[in-house]
Amino acid sequence: MRTESAAGVIGTPCTHCGLAVPPALVTAGDGPQFCCAGCSAVYDILQSNGLSQYYYFRERREAAVRSSGRSYEEFDHPAFAELYVQQAEGGKLRTELYLEGVHCASCVWLVERVPLLLPGVARAELDVRRSLARAEWDPAVVSLSQLARALDQLGYAPHPFRGVARDAMRKREDRAMLTRIGVAGAIAGNVMLAAAALYSGEFSGMEPRYAALFRWMSLALALPAVFFPGRVFFTGAWAALRTRTLHMDLPIAIAIGAGITRGAINTVTNSGPIYFDGVCILIFLLLVGRFLQQRGQRAAADAAELLYALAPTTARVVGADGTERELPAVALLPGMEVQVRAGESFPADGIISVGDTSVNAALLTGESVPTSAGVGSSVFAGTLNVMAPVRVRVEESGETSRLAKILRQVEESGQRRAPIVALANRMSGWFVAVVLLLAMVTFLIWLPRDQALAWDHAIALLIVTCPCALALATPLAVTVAVGRAARAGIFIKGGDALELLSRPGEMVLDKTGTLTEGVTSLVMWWGDESVKPFVLSLEAGSSHPIADGFRRAWPGMAADSPSDVMHHAGGGISGTVDGRAVVVGSPRFVAARAHGGESLVATLAANPLTPVLVAVDGVIVAAAAIGDRVRDDAGAALDALRHRGWHTTLLSGDDPAVASAVGAQLGFAAVDAIGSATPEAKLALVQQRRDAMRASGRPVVMVGDGVNDAAAIAASSVGIGVHGGAEACLATADVYLTTPGIEPLVRLVEGSARTMQVIRRNIGFALCYNAAGVVLAMTGTISPFIAALLMPASSLTVLLASYLGKTFVPAATTSSVAAQSESVAAMERAA
Amino acid sequence: MSVLFIVVPLALFVVLAAVVAYIWSARAGQYDDLDTPAVRMLHDDDAAPPTAAPGELH
Repeated sequence: MRTESAAGVIGTPCTHCGLAVPPALVTAGDGPQFCCAGCSAVYDILQSNGLSQYYYFRERREAAVRSSGRSYEEFDHPAFAELYVQQAEGGKLRTELYLEGVHCASCVWLVERVPLLLPGVARAELDVRRSLARAEWDPAVVSLSQLARALDQLGYAPHPFRGVARDAMRKREDRAMLTRIGVAGAIAGNVMLAAAALYSGEFSGMEPRYAALFRWMSLALALPAVFFPGRVFFTGAWAALRTRTLHMDLPIAIAIGAGITRGAINTVTNSGPIYFDGVCILIFLLLVGRFLQQRGQRAAADAAELLYALAPTTARVVGADGTERELPAVALLPGMEVQVRAGESFPADGIISVGDTSVNAALLTGESVPTSAGVGSSVFAGTLNVMAPVRVRVEESGETSRLAKILRQVEESGQRRAPIVALANRMSGWFVAVVLLLAMVTFLIWLPRDQALAWDHAIALLIVTCPCALALATPLAVTVAVGRAARAGIFIKGGDALELLSRPGEMVLDKTGTLTEGVTSLVMWWGDESVKPFVLSLEAGSSHPIADGFRRAWPGMAADSPSDVMHHAGGGISGTVDGRAVVVGSPRFVAARAHGGESLVATLAANPLTPVLVAVDGVIVAAAAIGDRVRDDAGAALDALRHRGWHTTLLSGDDPAVASAVGAQLGFAAVDAIGSATPEAKLALVQQRRDAMRASGRPVVMVGDGVNDAAAIAASSVGIGVHGGAEACLATADVYLTTPGIEPLVRLVEGSARTMQVIRRNIGFALCYNAAGVVLAMTGTISPFIAALLMPASSLTVLLASYLGKTFVPAATTSSVAAQSESVAAMERAA
Repeated sequence: MSVLFIVVPLALFVVLAAVVAYIWSARAGQYDDLDTPAVRMLHDDDAAPPTAAPGELH
């Protein structure tokens, strides 16, 4: 991969992380190359501990290296232990840590090798989907802070995970639920086998003793199904009765109870139908529907937990006598003084009372450039103290801090449920009442004729109308769609996002990092192509952002060593390459040293990007525009969205001139390209648009790449984080894109619309089957055989419709958009 | 066909065994995390002993 020419060191990848190594850090020879001290340190740790196998994993891209170098002392504090650490067997301790930067197989391998690196650590296991590491260690040998430091040095900054207790509870719940489903499934399958024998016996004749055998076998199987997995419906129905509400569990419990009782009586008396097959399938399908729905709602709650993990956990409180003691951040009170060291996050909102520093408020404001703060400046919990230790007087802490408010918003947004689910719940009251009424009417109609028939028909109605298919309709479709979307590079956390995105509304897009690539690079080049190597030669040794832009644009291009290189501050760079005098710099600087190229100068003046002129031997031969490049697929994707009826707005913290220039390029109306938007302004705009849209029920979608948009993302109907976004943004967003570019947005809204179609179709099917069942049962034309066919048939229809419905398609098949974006990009380059 | 009186209870017994095995695996947490083990089994487990003296990573 290395391109070795005279001075052509551009494109040397870092041995550890694979990023380009700055020319100044490249060492001679074939040895390992590192882009930073962090990578070098991790490499040394791995080599000296026999873990160099790490480098043989194919899936090892974007290796994590951002070691924070923190001491993690607070992890050893008793207050911390009380909150997060649990006892394990053999005097060991156990905790769960949320790790930043986990993404692939090699991460699992590396994290699980920590016990090799650190004696005393008994176990380290990584749940790669949730980035949670479970660790067990012997407190006599090693401390948690040592373990945390080891993880940090490997590039996985650990955070305590608040949900440990809840996680354990959930795990128990999940296991119990899975056990119930498994048992119910096994029983349902076997009862169906017996039922198949009985039904075929009914058609072709069967000796009574064999029929009795299968009936008793069904009873023996059905009883445990009702009393073990089916118990949940009885407890649910009982709770509904006590609170005097009509709950879906009520008719289910009545149907199961009546079916099993009547079936048992009929088995003993050896007459009439048994309902065991229907009852068992009912229990199984309803449990599956419930499980799917629960899992879907959990993903959103998980996200909020993980966001909490990113907030600081302890604070150093300064007493009246000047002594410092550590307290959990939640225990801080207004008026307390806390000491915050450089590199630490502020534990609470407050005002600086001693010291001057600079603060990186990216978590809240998105401004990634630190701002200076002195005595009297306000600081906020979660923001980073960059430069020097300061003392802060606490104003708001814990639940009332600005960070906590944002987190709460996130949590609330996670708890809102898909309106269609809410609708199903509202409907269920009516549904229950109608079903019970119909069963009663059926019973009364048939009672004068024959009491046994009246019972049979009423029970058949109860079983056949049981909302299996209805209960499966929404969660199944959502689960299938979310799974498909994940494979297509779109990670959806809640089913409600799908419903909201299915109708076009307002889409607000961040500029930097979302519509643009977020890094300085060469956007346009006009004039002589052959001078590119000269420019690169001069810029190769410069650390200026413009030089970065050139290097990034032409990776691997060979370049000669320049001589007589002169850097002119604020102007440009000059030197001799290959015997020719080359000048690269701002138009004024170059124009003073060369002539010609009037058309190039005019072109540059009309462009909002940073202009650069190139002169060779005293003649201006080329011009370049350096800036934040618009993503190649942005134009096509936005056009596709607008075509589908979405109204798009560009929202940027950048200068209005830049915002409107990018907006014009991407086809935004002038009023829809808004610049100089602070994070608060972004939040306000999103809220105001939401209020405006409330009447029509259309969504306001915020698309952003990071922390600066986190508040607006949380406030929007659906927040979308794009690839490469910050950790806080990914945790806040309802949806995030795991592939670069914004073209997946188009697939997201298309897929959502199709998913809603599938859901509506499913509900339609389910209701049709129910209506047919009711008619058949009331007229007394239903036989247990037809009832037994009808129920699984309706559920199977829903299942098939969910899986066959084309919701999300992988990236490869949407080549039309990709091709379109390519052609647009080509046009841009040609321009 | 009277063999059914033996075979059917036998089948039920096999089902019982399968259900018990399933309950054990669910309670033991084998379905807690369905993503990581799939990745973990790809690692060659030739856990070579550390070549350098293990200890504090500083």
